[in-house]
Amino acid sequence: MIDAIAQQPILAALIALVGLGILFGALLGFAAEKFKVEGDPIVEQIDELLPQTQCGQCGFPGCKPYAESIASGDAINKCPPGGQATINAIANLLDVPAPELDAEHGEEADVRTVAYIREDECIGCTKCIQACPVDAILGAAKLMHTVIADECTGCDLCVEPCPVDCIDMLPVEKTFKEWHWPAPPTTADLIASDRRPAA
Amino acid sequence: MRTWITPGGVHPPENKHQSLTMPIGTLPLPEKLLIPLSQHIGTPAVPCVEVGKKVLKGQKIAEASGPLSVPMHAPTSGTISAIEHRPIAHSSGMLAPCIEITSDGRDKWKKHEGFKDVENATPAALVKAIGDAGIAGMGGAGFPSAVKLSPGYQRPIHTLIINATECEPYITADDSAIRERAAEIIEGIGILSHILGNPSNIMIGIEDNKPEAIAALEPHVEDTGISVVSFPTKYPSGGEKQLIYILTGKEIPSGDLPADIGMVCVNIGTTYAVKRAIVDGEPLISRVTTMTGDACGINRNYETLIGTPVSHMLANSEFNKETCSRLVMGGPMMGFSLTSADVPIVKTTNCILAPSYDEIPDDEPAQPCIRCGMCAEACPVSLLPQQLFWYSQADDHERLEAHNLFDCIECGACSYVCPSNIPLVQHYRHSKGEIQKARAEKVRSDHARERFEFHQQRIEQAEKDKEAKRTARREAAEKAKAKAAASPEKSASTAGGGAADIIAAAQARAAAKKVSPEQQQAKFERSIAGAEMRLQMAEEKLADAGDGHSDEQKNILTAAVEGARQKLEQAKGRLAEHIKQHNGEQVD
Repeated sequence: MIDAIAQQPILAALIALVGLGILFGALLGFAAEKFKVEGDPIVEQIDELLPQTQCGQCGFPGCKPYAESIASGDAINKCPPGGQATINAIANLLDVPAPELDAEHGEEADVRTVAYIREDECIGCTKCIQACPVDAILGAAKLMHTVIADECTGCDLCVEPCPVDCIDMLPVEKTFKEWHWPAPPTTADLIASDRRPAA
Repeated sequence: MRTWITPGGVHPPENKHQSLTMPIGTLPLPEKLLIPLSQHIGTPAVPCVEVGKKVLKGQKIAEASGPLSVPMHAPTSGTISAIEHRPIAHSSGMLAPCIEITSDGRDKWKKHEGFKDVENATPAALVKAIGDAGIAGMGGAGFPSAVKLSPGYQRPIHTLIINATECEPYITADDSAIRERAAEIIEGIGILSHILGNPSNIMIGIEDNKPEAIAALEPHVEDTGISVVSFPTKYPSGGEKQLIYILTGKEIPSGDLPADIGMVCVNIGTTYAVKRAIVDGEPLISRVTTMTGDACGINRNYETLIGTPVSHMLANSEFNKETCSRLVMGGPMMGFSLTSADVPIVKTTNCILAPSYDEIPDDEPAQPCIRCGMCAEACPVSLLPQQLFWYSQADDHERLEAHNLFDCIECGACSYVCPSNIPLVQHYRHSKGEIQKARAEKVRSDHARERFEFHQQRIEQAEKDKEAKRTARREAAEKAKAKAAASPEKSASTAGGGAADIIAAAQARAAAKKVSPEQQQAKFERSIAGAEMRLQMAEEKLADAGDGHSDEQKNILTAAVEGARQKLEQAKGRLAEHIKQHNGEQVD
């Protein structure tokens, strides 16, 4: 064996390298099958950052489709419910500069709202139930409907289809649990070079 | 006894002597008391009285709701005058549900009695009694004591620590209570020890700036196994984790509770409340509160009823509004400014501070951070306040959590030493709130995603089911067609026979419809007879009318007679024509 290698060093080296190549190729191929990742992980990550309002203000039928679109290169500033915080988070994830919210798709709201059905006026048409992306409206044909406030994402989608306009978007009242300290005023910039140029 | 030294800390002026010149006093009974339903950590209590109901002192007016909650009791006898939202002592200035009692001035107790034989009572019964008495930690956090005293059998307690540190400037509520009520306090500690299965180590931790209190305790602890441990004064030594480290040298891991390492730490004011609840059967309806500050003529401690408005306390303390810079609930380091003097004293209120402008001037504007690092030296939890400040300004939640923002006890030592007057603690509080908000939003959005995905799945399934039904129907129709095609002869013969039958039946019906000429003639004759009768009746009417009627009516009747005659003639004409036709046919 050793004699053979000594006599044919080039051939021996070739066989060894080809052998290693085949071995590692097989190993990698096996690993690729065994540890295959289902779906696109970047889409999942973007979807995690989106607010899941499912409102469709971005022009896509839900947050997941928009996440897919972002992953394939769409603008990241089309989500008004998420606002600047979401834009910043996605920009951070994708390592791109964070643009301002695109006003074309709506404005960022200060207070969270949920849908509220004026139950006396409801005619039981079930149109809002069909429009709700998270099944947060309860009711049946010709019977009064009502919104499960805890499940409502405030997406507005039920307001439009209502034939008697009995759905209001009401702001959620702030409780002690939700209250937190406001930010103190920022420190004055004493050093001239620290001051931002006036916009 | 050996004590350990915590990192950092500051030595602000103590200012405790002002309120210690007089013994604990009592205030005149306020006209109205306001009891907030949430004076503790956990879910608010639920009212069990209605407006207009008369209550006695110590009567339960609100029930605990859930395990982490305490009931509320009437601090005096009187009438429930309102159950509504009112401003309470909270930094947000928001309104919260409260019960208002209008005092009847008699201050009449309900019937109450304590345990006769505490030694032989079961710990569970004692814990229940403490819960029913509405006792929540009186040091400031307001954690329901009954919960703290039931650590569970998995966590045996070997050390009971009584917190008498009272490290914050100005406050002397615990100090004065120890001086006057040492015997009761030791009795309360005995009850706690009994509940926790007689831990081997019971310590009262007290700073060395309270020699009178230490002297008052010493005679009572002899032969009880309780040791009074004094240690050098430093702010903040009174934090639970700080005190445990000072007394035992043990650190509690981040995010854990003292019970996880076999310790329970109770405020000394709570032990007095426990004694009152168990031995005397009195619920927690009053506490010692320090009234101090240069803007008040009288600085002293009061045994204050829970629900007493701060304004009532000020009115009885020669308060001078002109010289007062602000009203603070709690101490100058960790307390918060009150937006209104009408808010009530609650179970956790240990001090009302009414300082003059000289004592606590208005906040100076913050200057930029110069990275001096004094805050890092002062931090008792060994955090990096200057780094946290940068990340807080940048809203960098990830880095804030990586730098253990949530271990910050908000003691205010960093803000106190900051040469640039940066309100560091305010930044941290804000960031903590923001992070908690983001966490809550994350939970909400995950929940919404789950529901949305289920919704999509359901719609798809419904669509699939519909499609399946449609295919099934189509297949059934095709099958029927194929079956029909398979036996063409049989179907053709039945179809031909059917058509012939239909035609025959239709012809038969048409034939039946045709009437015979005789029947037709009879019909005409009947109509002539009818017309004759009508003519006769019309003529009779005309004759009857005579002179009694106007010309107009006569004209109408005459016209009717004429019409009837015409109709009779028409009928006669039709009959004649019919007979002529038939005769013609017969002739042909």
